[in-house]
Amino acid sequence: MKFTWFNLMPWPYLPDDFREKNRSVWVDIDSNLYDPVRGHVVYNDYLDLLEYADTLGFDGVGINEHHQNGYGLMPSPNIMAAALTRRTSKAAVVVLGNSIALYNPPIRVAEEFAMLDVMSGGRLVAGFPVGTSMDTNFCYGQIPALTREKYAEAHDMIIRAWTEDKPFAFNGRYNKLRHVNIWPKSLQKPHPPIHIPGGGSVETYDFCIDNTYSYSYLSFSGYLRAKALLAGYWDQVVKRNAPDTSPYRAGFAQTVFVAETDAEAERLYSEHAFYFYNRCLHVFAGFADAPGYRTVKTIQSGALNQYGRPEYPKLTWKDLVDGGYIIAGSPETVRQRFEDLIKGLNVGNIFLLLHVGNMPKDLCMYSTKLFAEKVMPHLRNMWPDYDDDNRFWCSPLAERAQPAPLGPDFAPALTSATQPQMVPAK
Amino acid sequence: MIENKTVQTPKGMVEYLEGGTGPDLVFLHGTGGVTADSPFLKALATKYHVRAPFLPGYGESEDNPEIRDMLDVTLHTFDVLDALGVSKPILVGHSLGGMVAAEMAAVAPNDVDRLCLIAAAGLWIDTYPVPDMFSLLPRELPEYLFHDVAAGTALMTSNVSMSDPKFLIPFLVRNARQLGMAGKLLFPIPERGLKDRIHRIKARTVLVWGDSDRMFPAPYAQAFKAAIKGSELVSVPEAGHMVIVEQTPAVMAAIGRLG
Repeated sequence: MKFTWFNLMPWPYLPDDFREKNRSVWVDIDSNLYDPVRGHVVYNDYLDLLEYADTLGFDGVGINEHHQNGYGLMPSPNIMAAALTRRTSKAAVVVLGNSIALYNPPIRVAEEFAMLDVMSGGRLVAGFPVGTSMDTNFCYGQIPALTREKYAEAHDMIIRAWTEDKPFAFNGRYNKLRHVNIWPKSLQKPHPPIHIPGGGSVETYDFCIDNTYSYSYLSFSGYLRAKALLAGYWDQVVKRNAPDTSPYRAGFAQTVFVAETDAEAERLYSEHAFYFYNRCLHVFAGFADAPGYRTVKTIQSGALNQYGRPEYPKLTWKDLVDGGYIIAGSPETVRQRFEDLIKGLNVGNIFLLLHVGNMPKDLCMYSTKLFAEKVMPHLRNMWPDYDDDNRFWCSPLAERAQPAPLGPDFAPALTSATQPQMVPAK
Repeated sequence: MIENKTVQTPKGMVEYLEGGTGPDLVFLHGTGGVTADSPFLKALATKYHVRAPFLPGYGESEDNPEIRDMLDVTLHTFDVLDALGVSKPILVGHSLGGMVAAEMAAVAPNDVDRLCLIAAAGLWIDTYPVPDMFSLLPRELPEYLFHDVAAGTALMTSNVSMSDPKFLIPFLVRNARQLGMAGKLLFPIPERGLKDRIHRIKARTVLVWGDSDRMFPAPYAQAFKAAIKGSELVSVPEAGHMVIVEQTPAVMAAIGRLG
C-alpha cells in the first residue's frame, strides 16, 4: 500500500454565513475574504503538516493545483513541492498535478517536474490532470471543446521532452517549438511515475491503461459512492487487455478523522467536516461543467459531475459517516473501514485527506499521528501479490543529499581537497 | 413549409432547413440553434427562398473536430453555400450567426453584398462586458434573452424536465455538442478579432437590435454601426436578444430594406 498525506490547503477563515452571502467558493469567490497576513501563517502551518507526515512514515506527501479557489490555495503546486523537497527526506513528493493544458508552452511542466525530481533525489510522483472545468475553462479561459486536444498535445510534448536524448522540433497545433531540449532532465528514467486524476471520463480510463499510468479518483463523496465508477475503470482494464489488474493502477482520495473513540471523533472533528462540505464545496452549478468540457461519450455513460450539487448542507455527521463520505472514529473503526475501501475499490494508492476544512494544526497532527501509528501499520500488507509492482511509484536514489545543518555554530570548513590553490606565476 | 435536408461539404455532412420562394436568403442561427417550426423562419419563407444551415454539432450536422476557430467556421460556411449552390444571397445572422456572417463579409467582401446582422456577437467593449453566457443556469437565461421575461421563460421551459434522466442525458449531450461548438467562437469572451477586419465589409448592411437586449446591449449596436461604413441600425422596441422571436414583423421589415 502507498499512503499519501494529501493537503488541499483550504482557506480556514470562510465566514459562517459564507453559503448565504456567496454563490461560489470557486472562480468568482470574494477576494476580500482572503487575508495575506493570515495566509502567511496558513501556508507555513500547511507545510508543517506535510513535513510532519514525512516524519511519521507516510509514503507520500501530496498537493494539487487549483485556481481562484477558497479550498485550494495552490495555484502553483510546484512551489509547494519545491519547499517540500528540503524539509522532507523520505516521502514521495506527489504533485497531483499540473494541469498541463494550462501551461504555455507545456515544456514548462517538463522542466519544473524535472527540477523537482532532481532536487528531491528522485522522489517525484507526477500528476497530469485535465483540470476541473472551474479551473481550466472558467478561470484559465481554455475553450472547453478544445481542452482535451490541447491536453493530449501537451502530454506528448512533455513525455518526448523527458525521454528523447537529442534536441527535437515539436510542430503541434497549439505549440510550435523549434528546439526542445530541456535542462535538467528528470532523475527517474525514463521519467517519473505518472498519476492521472479523473472523474469518470471513459477516455481517461483508456489513456491510463494504454500508458501504464495510475488512475486517481479524487472524490469528496467517499468510497461507497466511488464503487460504481471504479468498477467501470476495472472493467475497462480487463476489456482493454491490460496485462494485470494491479491495485496500484488506481488511487482514491478519502477524507478521514481518527480519535481515541468514535464519540471523540465526532466531538473533535464534526465542525471541521461541516466546514468542508458546506463551505468549501459550495460551488456555483454554472461553473461545474462548461458545455463541451466533458465528451459526449462520457455524458452518455451517465457519469455526473461531483461539483455543483446541492445535497451536502443537509448531511449530518451520521450521514457523512454512514454514507462513507468520511471515515471517522477510533483506530479500529477506521482500520475496518479502510479495509473495506481498499478491497472494495481494489486500490493500492490512498490519498488521505487528514486535514479537512478549518482544522487547526495541532488537532490535525493528533489525527495524523493516530492514523500513522494505530491504523496504517495494520493496512500495510493488503496486496502481497503486488509488493514488487514499482511502476506507479517513485524510485529515489539510495544516497540523497541533505540540507546542510546551518545555524549559529555552523562554520564553513575547508578541507585539503577544497583549499584554494595558488596559481604559479608564469 | 420548411423542410429538413442535408448536404455534403468538405468538412462533413451539414443539415439545413429550406423553404419558401423568392430571392435567396441564408439565415445563420444563434447559439440556441433553429428548428423547422421557428415562426421567424416561416415568416422569412413567405418572402424569400430560405436556407438555414446548422453549424457542426447542431441537429444532424456532423461534429467536426477539425473546425476549431473563427476562420475554420467562416470558410466552412462559404463551403456550405457552395454546396447549396447559393451565390451572393441576402446573408442574415442572429447572435453567434451574426458573428459568422460579419466575418464572412469581412473576409470576402466581394462575395457578400447584402448583410443583416441581428443582435450580433463578435465585438467586445470593456465598459459593457457581455454576460458569461456559458455559466448561466437554464433558469437564468430568459432574463438575458427576452424583453418579456415571463413569456420567454414559458417558451424555454415547456417540455423541459431536468429531474428526469431520460430527458436530462439527451439534453446534456445536445448542450455539449451545440454549446461545445459555439464555445469555440464565444468562450470565454465572444471576440475573435472581428474589430481588426470589420472595416473590410462592403455589403449593404442593416443592423437589427432589440432595445432590451441584455446579452449584447445597445452600445454593441452602436459599435457595429460605427465600424461598418454606411450601415443602418434598426432599433426594435419591446424586444430583447431574441428579437427575432419577440418582434418578428419588425425584423422582417428591416431585412426588407436590403431589397
